[in-house]
Amino acid sequence: MRNSLVILGCFLAGILAGRLLPSSVSLTPDHYTLYVLCALLLFVGIGVGGDAHFWQAMRQRDNLRLALLPLLVVIGTLVGSAIVALLLPQMTLRDALAVGAGFGYYSLSSVLLTQTRGETLGVIALLANLTREIATLVLAPLLVRFFGRLAPIACGGATAMDSTLPIIVRFSGKEYSIAALFSGIVLTAAVPFLIFLILNA
Amino acid sequence: MWMIVLFFVVGILLGRLLSIHQLLIRVADQLAMASVLLLLFVLGLSVGLNHEVLAHFGTLGLQAVILTLGAIAGSVTAVQLLNLNPTKKQ
Repeated sequence: MRNSLVILGCFLAGILAGRLLPSSVSLTPDHYTLYVLCALLLFVGIGVGGDAHFWQAMRQRDNLRLALLPLLVVIGTLVGSAIVALLLPQMTLRDALAVGAGFGYYSLSSVLLTQTRGETLGVIALLANLTREIATLVLAPLLVRFFGRLAPIACGGATAMDSTLPIIVRFSGKEYSIAALFSGIVLTAAVPFLIFLILNA
Repeated sequence: MWMIVLFFVVGILLGRLLSIHQLLIRVADQLAMASVLLLLFVLGLSVGLNHEVLAHFGTLGLQAVILTLGAIAGSVTAVQLLNLNPTKKQ
């Protein structure tokens, strides 16, 4: 949660700085942000590859429910995003799916989509995925009550491994912490691949 | 964009090689945080300079919330399949 505030603070500080600059200044997208983005993906990859849970999740074959959990979250998220995209005529199906494929990982999905599709979609990805994280934190008890103990893990998406893990453990129970960690890290790793596939398919 | 994905794949493999040195993994996590802060500051900057995006911030927010509701409803519904078919206990 502290990290989320720092991340948001940086974004807001950027907006403020942009407002204070004279309007004659224009920021043209350049290669520097692409280099930083490549470095970011390298570091995020090291974090994923260096996490034992990721390789355990990739190897595990004997528990079908555990293996299906992140897959169903992917399918459900994309189908759900596609359905509500019908309500948003100003948005293409491809863009709606790309935003959904952030699975709550708002920092990564927003900078990826800013670089590839422009700042408008980057801002939508930031707000949408941030909403998903906050909704998980707020709705966890209701989700457990009405939709079962797996529901907060599904709602949390990629955040189930870190920022929403404490709340999931609290309302779904300690025995669901491994499921949350596995699902969260598999979805975290899936974000760049799925966004790439959706934008280029 | 394939280059970005390539960096990610190289990172995952590198992380596997480095996983015995958890200190290095933590350093990579810190560097990831630093790069994300920089990129989000730049995104904020371009939003601050772009009156178009700022003027439509409310509309963008509404679109974002609608998309999130769809994503949450879809994912929560999909995992109900696991509750219906408990093939194996945890």
